[in-house]
Amino acid sequence: MCGIVGLFLKDPKLEPKLGAMLADMLVTMTDRGPDSAGIAIYSGAKDGLGKITVQSAHPERDFKDLDGDLHDAIGQPVAMMVKSTHAVLEVPLGQLAAARSALSHLRPEMKVMSVGDSIEIFKEVGLPKDVAARFDVAKMHGTHGIGHTRMATESAVTTMGAHPFSTGSDQCLVHNGSLSNHNGVRRELKRHGMTFETENDTEVAAAFISHKLSDGEALGEALESTLTDLDGFFTFVVGTKNGFGVVRDPIACKPAVMAETDEYVAFGTEYRALVNLPGIETARVWEPEPATVYFWER
Amino acid sequence: MQNFDLGKEGLRALNSALHALKGQTNMTAWEVVNPKGAHAIAAGVDAPVDITVRGSTGYYCAGMNKQATIRIKGSAGPGVAENMISGTVIIDGNASQYAGATGRGGLLVIKGNASSRCGVSMKGIDIVVHGSIGHMSAFMAQSGNLVVLGDAGDALGDSLYEARLFVRGSVKSLGADCIEKEMRPEHLALLADLLKRGEADGMARPEEFKRYGSARNLYNFNIDNASAY
Repeated sequence: MCGIVGLFLKDPKLEPKLGAMLADMLVTMTDRGPDSAGIAIYSGAKDGLGKITVQSAHPERDFKDLDGDLHDAIGQPVAMMVKSTHAVLEVPLGQLAAARSALSHLRPEMKVMSVGDSIEIFKEVGLPKDVAARFDVAKMHGTHGIGHTRMATESAVTTMGAHPFSTGSDQCLVHNGSLSNHNGVRRELKRHGMTFETENDTEVAAAFISHKLSDGEALGEALESTLTDLDGFFTFVVGTKNGFGVVRDPIACKPAVMAETDEYVAFGTEYRALVNLPGIETARVWEPEPATVYFWER
Repeated sequence: MQNFDLGKEGLRALNSALHALKGQTNMTAWEVVNPKGAHAIAAGVDAPVDITVRGSTGYYCAGMNKQATIRIKGSAGPGVAENMISGTVIIDGNASQYAGATGRGGLLVIKGNASSRCGVSMKGIDIVVHGSIGHMSAFMAQSGNLVVLGDAGDALGDSLYEARLFVRGSVKSLGADCIEKEMRPEHLALLADLLKRGEADGMARPEEFKRYGSARNLYNFNIDNASAY
């Protein structure tokens, strides 16, 4: 099971509503996976600034004075926005790596959810409606976003096992299915210097694509590579700073429906997730073909 | 005409009302609005009634149908008319995976395309698809007829038993033990009837189709038992 939703906006007028639309779509998919839920939102880049989204099991302790402590560590201004167990830290782009390294010393128990110009990831154990309310997803704006509600199969029900997974700057991936060769692929990726936070199969898929992108492959090529190198069942939806992609394995057991209008491209594991989108009655609605890569970039 | 707003009254109320129809009823025409992709709409109906669903449906619409004529004025999600026993299901749009799976009788008409595994393990149902069908269709199909006016995807009729498959367009590949067979006069007559009942007469002529069936090498088939199928 698991439920995936995704929205890539073509019409900037919808950008203030991205969070509200995605949250509604995600809650509709609740019965496909009640274990945990998460959302990656591309809220746009601010000139010269980058973002690190962090998560803590003890937010009162870890987020207290975190902006000040990080400012002292990197010697640059830091803005912090706390949302429940997550906080988004804004630092100058050139200081992203230094800030990430400093955070691992300042708050060793804290986890990094995402790093980039535009991406923010919020994910927790619980029902989509509770997770969406906790992070106030309905108020978020952005250019594109991906949500996931999980029925765990391959690893434990934890915050870190929730989707989306981000393994590269401004990149994220969600997955419906299960991979059978993830241990082998993980070992291979570790040899190339990739690091892993969990035993989860999906994190391997995310890292696999990040590795391909860092080797210079385009998003479409990286998605194509999953068809030859990853074994198992999958429908993947991936996000990059400017793009949004979909690929299903050749057997394509895992359902997927897409809709496109002049205003947006939308993905839902089921059609139910799409029914409240504007203009859905006249949208082009189709099922992505097996072993076929789809992506949109702006 | 019984009008039913699924958005207001809910799925359980609809299916309870439909299940309460036994034998002859004077509530013979039903219209369901606001389906919004809900699952199991009009599943398990066992009465000679006419049900029209205005919009697209989720999983298992018209599943296990007996006697009823169910029209979907939209597209259907996975498993539409799964294990249908009798009656007719007509979809104006497309159908998702495993349409008509395990169907034992009745007629399923898909006016758009059908996705993968259409007619998987069919056991007597007739399926007429005006468009094309996806991969692994009619996998382990046992009996009944699958008619496709468009093309078929990979591995058509893999591990086929005695279902008859008629495809007008191209077949991307045949599955294990599925072969093209001679089209005899009785098949042309059967096909003409299926096209007519499938609301496709005038769209295609029986002579334009090829017939596919089992090579009978993969299962222990004894021709003396053929009448049992």
